[in-house]
Amino acid sequence: MRDVAIIATAQTKHVRSATTVNEVELIQPVIQEVIERSGLGRHDFDFTCSGSSDYLAGQPFSFVMTLDAVGAWPPISESHVEMDGAWALYEAWVKIQTGHADTALVYSYGKSSPGDLPRVLSRMTDPYYEAPLWPTSVDIAALQARAAIQAGVTSEQAMADIAYRSRTSAAANPFAQLTTSAQPLALMDEEYLADPLRRHDCAPITDGGVAIVLAAGDKARSLCSRPAWIRGIDHRADGHHLNFRDLTTSPSVRIAAEKAGVANGPVEIAELHTCFTHHEPILRSALGLGDDVEVNPSGGPLAANPMMAAGLIRMVEVANRIHSGEVSRGVAHATGGHALQHNLIAVLEGEG
Amino acid sequence: MTDTASSEPAPIEIPEGVWSQPEVDMSAIEEIASVESVRSVRAFASLTYDYTPGLATTRFLRAIKEKRLVGERCSETGKVYIPPRGVSPVSGMPTTEQVDLGLDGTVVSFCVVNLDFTGNAQEIPYVSALILVDGSDIPIYGLVREIPYNEVQPGLRLKSVWVEDSEMTTSFENIKWWAPNGEPDVPASELADYV
Repeated sequence: MRDVAIIATAQTKHVRSATTVNEVELIQPVIQEVIERSGLGRHDFDFTCSGSSDYLAGQPFSFVMTLDAVGAWPPISESHVEMDGAWALYEAWVKIQTGHADTALVYSYGKSSPGDLPRVLSRMTDPYYEAPLWPTSVDIAALQARAAIQAGVTSEQAMADIAYRSRTSAAANPFAQLTTSAQPLALMDEEYLADPLRRHDCAPITDGGVAIVLAAGDKARSLCSRPAWIRGIDHRADGHHLNFRDLTTSPSVRIAAEKAGVANGPVEIAELHTCFTHHEPILRSALGLGDDVEVNPSGGPLAANPMMAAGLIRMVEVANRIHSGEVSRGVAHATGGHALQHNLIAVLEGEG
Repeated sequence: MTDTASSEPAPIEIPEGVWSQPEVDMSAIEEIASVESVRSVRAFASLTYDYTPGLATTRFLRAIKEKRLVGERCSETGKVYIPPRGVSPVSGMPTTEQVDLGLDGTVVSFCVVNLDFTGNAQEIPYVSALILVDGSDIPIYGLVREIPYNEVQPGLRLKSVWVEDSEMTTSFENIKWWAPNGEPDVPASELADYV
């Protein structure tokens, strides 16, 4: 396997609604910033890969328009996934492993504000039995939270604690959208949004984007003083139909964590793609993380959740802390689909 | 969800021997034999969005309401894009200089449409063309009228035909169609970069 590292990152200041800019205007400054930080020229990337979904802004072929921000002339080697940018990173990592590239630009973005996000996300369900019922993302998460509470995996109190901890941690994150929280006991007094979920249990609706640069081996060392090496990366999917699954556990995370080698060393921090508070205990358990492992020091998706970008941002948050020397080994998790259906795990490490 | 008995599709004819499927034993459900099988399900889906044109396209749409066509220039190549999206696809950098364009243009390529597809109010055949607006560097789509369809050719000079001033909105539909402006054709060699 080739050594591949994240050598530069950039992200937007995440907001509820970026009403003045279109998608390419949203992501262009982030792409420009990450290229400048990488030390590479605009035309030095062997591969470019992006992640986005046309359903969010209701903008057909939006990824073709946002490609303008790359400056794709003369023609470049490029690909796109209708998935979170973490999977775009995975594709770029594979491309580098095959020897067809030494450097890659990866970006993703989501502008959810033009549509009604929970209803838009209902279109991810199977078209025959589930989609005609229009279950929203919050409805489905509530089913999972209820199952998790009944199985003793979590409690409404524990969920409120997670919401409080995440949003107060985000106070130190200049890119976060929500950076304050009422005390957990006060949160518990709120009305249910979808029993047993209250508003604080749900990630906010966010417009935003993220970009990273990958480089292999000595190229990474020459461009970055402390690259964040991807020591393991794997992704697995559970069944699409909700009734195929035990929603209180995540076999796909457990297998991906095993393949990525999460347990091969100490985990100092974990950035987890927790779109709802009850995701954290399910993920902690499947990843085998001890209670001492700090989860989502950035605040995580509960503090800013740009669709298609929030998973890649988890890798960015771990990578940034490795670049700065703050930590030496961390785990990043990204998810796609409803109720943690499809999961990607990456182990990032610094050297020395 | 609607069982569409009224618009049921024709049954699919499957040749013998293509596949085999074991009989399902449904003897446990007594009434099942009398239930009419569901052969199709139509699930209607509709989502509503607010369109966000963005900064550059907003400038373009504000201008078109005043019967002006405004493109934006790439600072690196000097090329002018219409309608502007805010970023030059060549340099990857924001376009910041607005450029007032002419209201005339040149046919770069075209096709004669003979299909009366759904929602189309045009009488067929009609001509849909790629039109290079004067002062711009990328052609836009437009309808060509006021000329027999078999006389349209690349290089044909056109003027834009607009709706009444009282009907002007922030929409490309302000231009009803394009029509010959009487000027001599542009030689094909001058259009090579735009095809």
